[in-house]
Amino acid sequence: MSLLLKNALIVNADKMSKDSQDILIEKEKIAKISPVIKDFNGKTIDCKGKLVLPGFIDLHAHLREPGREDEETIETGSRAAVKGGFTTICAMPNTNPVIDNAMIVEAILKEAKRVGLANILPVGAVTKGQKGEELVDMFELKEAGCIALSDDGYSVNNAQLLRLALEYSKMTNQLIMEHCQDQHLFRKGAMNEGFVSTVLGLKGDPVISETVIVARDIEIANYLGVRIHFSHISAKRSVELIRMAKKQGIKVTAEATPHHFSLTEEEMRYFNTNAKVNPSLRSKEDVEAIREGLKDGTLDCIATDHAPHAQEEKEQDLDHAPYGIIGLETALALAVTELIGNKVLTWPQLARKMSKAPSEILNLKEKGEIKEGLDADLVIIDPQGEWEVKADNFASKSRNSPLIGRRLKGEVKNTVFGGKIVF
Amino acid sequence: MNKWTKHDLLDLEDLSKDELELILETAKSFREVSSRDVKKVPALRGKTVVMLFFEPSTRTRISFELAAKRLSADTLNIASSSSSLSKGETILDTAKNIEAMNVDAIIVRHPSSGVPKVLAESLNPSIINAGDGCRAHPTQGLLDVFTIKDKKGKIEGLNVGIVGDILHSRVARCDITALKKLGANVTVCGPSTLIPIGIENLGVKVSYDVDEVIEASDCLMLLRIQKERQEDKFLPSIREYAKKFGINKERLKRAKKDMLIMHPGPTNRGVELTAEVADGDSSVILEQVTNGIAVRMAVLYLLLGTKEPEQKKKKG
Repeated sequence: MSLLLKNALIVNADKMSKDSQDILIEKEKIAKISPVIKDFNGKTIDCKGKLVLPGFIDLHAHLREPGREDEETIETGSRAAVKGGFTTICAMPNTNPVIDNAMIVEAILKEAKRVGLANILPVGAVTKGQKGEELVDMFELKEAGCIALSDDGYSVNNAQLLRLALEYSKMTNQLIMEHCQDQHLFRKGAMNEGFVSTVLGLKGDPVISETVIVARDIEIANYLGVRIHFSHISAKRSVELIRMAKKQGIKVTAEATPHHFSLTEEEMRYFNTNAKVNPSLRSKEDVEAIREGLKDGTLDCIATDHAPHAQEEKEQDLDHAPYGIIGLETALALAVTELIGNKVLTWPQLARKMSKAPSEILNLKEKGEIKEGLDADLVIIDPQGEWEVKADNFASKSRNSPLIGRRLKGEVKNTVFGGKIVF
Repeated sequence: MNKWTKHDLLDLEDLSKDELELILETAKSFREVSSRDVKKVPALRGKTVVMLFFEPSTRTRISFELAAKRLSADTLNIASSSSSLSKGETILDTAKNIEAMNVDAIIVRHPSSGVPKVLAESLNPSIINAGDGCRAHPTQGLLDVFTIKDKKGKIEGLNVGIVGDILHSRVARCDITALKKLGANVTVCGPSTLIPIGIENLGVKVSYDVDEVIEASDCLMLLRIQKERQEDKFLPSIREYAKKFGINKERLKRAKKDMLIMHPGPTNRGVELTAEVADGDSSVILEQVTNGIAVRMAVLYLLLGTKEPEQKKKKG
């Protein structure tokens, strides 16, 4: 099967084509890029006025299967992903059962293949059952397909265990991703600790719950000379620590979520449980620091932390409602509205944050760029397209988004995965 | 200001100074009812008031119940577990079921902040917050300022010290709001681990020295130290708290002669204050309880008894 994208303005990491190009796709690959490709009789999409970016790669999403198929499945999660322009998604291991052995990885990959809408990369747990007690069989998981490991939802609280995982990853070459959070400081706070939590009488999650683990992990990574990746960074001080570590040549990479670069703790004033997320939405200064970190490269990429939850669970009070925001379908529009709209990033820089950088972090050599010979994973975007976030329009099975009712700019028109139009 | 327009009472923050004063005025006229031989007026005859409590409470619940009964409303008590989802029902479900029985007001207490506000957004009956998490307890704030005004003749310019666990206290937050709106100077005092971040942004002073606060105050509001919170180890020990912050006769020697001692109850004798202080001349703790009924009558009357039917809101 072949496909031709005509009149495309191609946006790659750090460069944008001056004139429109035609992109010919054959056998799942980008076969040819040229100003004009003639004599083609197959399916053609006219991309006039649109931007074409490499398919987005999400380092952080929760697909909930197996275990909570009422909230999301690999199929509905894939549909949400491609509706948002994502063609590769890392599926976090806090499923039930936890992704901590080869059989579960194989089951997920089999279902992902049946669905066939996007490239699903299961992330394994670091410790068995994510209990923080003993390491998973890292080679077994690697061979089954886990190129990254995370105890997401928790840090590896035992520093010695993290040290061992990082040392072992030198052999397995797996990326260790940390959800940076000290459990004792976190205390299951319902929102950012500060004046707003004081006024609202809600239990606060202080920024130091994140920053102390960032600092600890930087020290361990430096000592071992091994790379580590920080998930969903939320605090200004974390950005400063990571910036300093990078300057010193320590091998750290980090991501920020669309909600952490767009929303503040002020959302909690409405007691909206859809704004309850872990890590918490922070202060305005933190949001500005996240944006600055994205701009200067301290934060390498944007990841969604797509976290679907059942409506009845989110309808509990703020202390009992689960943490999480769905993000796959709103990520691009938030980035366009908040980052490009406020001149934090240019389009080519955004292509780096959402495609190229995550492909490099995961070492996916065939993805992350629109280039002859690479995988034909592409997203066609109307940069001016405005739309309203509506609960009923989500492809995700869940609708726990604090953005419902907001108008955003930047619309995904089509998504191509492996040469196939999947949205 | 003689017209009441609010549909719910969720937080004193939502009320203007005039509205606060209207409640206090109304309460004054209702206080007399409770001293009559026949303690009942027909103001809310035919109205149904439901007390939906997700957290144990004796005095607030009884106070609301007596207030409603003295206004001739029918009352109903529902005690529910805060984790009703364990039975598959959300709080909103529970409340909507009650609404479906055509009640006029739901008085809600819940251990989590914000629940009354969330219910008010989607229910027709008037919602009265009887305490939500660490956030607000508006009728307690009202009865406290009512008692101070009754005793001192004014609020403006008075120095009020609030002593104890400020971090977890909805009473402190509501007292601060009411007192500031009415022009008092407020100092919060307690162990530094129990003073919430940024509280001074509410226009209060912070002190860790209770003796200094006693000396400067016209009124001392003592808060309950919740022993159950001790699991979180905010304090080295209750014993040390009692030594450093407990009010005893010796400490009161520094106080102005007419300083009031107040406490929202239930008191921990020997912790926040000694028995002789609780029972002493400065204490108006029991008057707070008496005034609580009058204030709650005023709130119920204003919310349910004065409203035109078209003022009822309708939301999804």
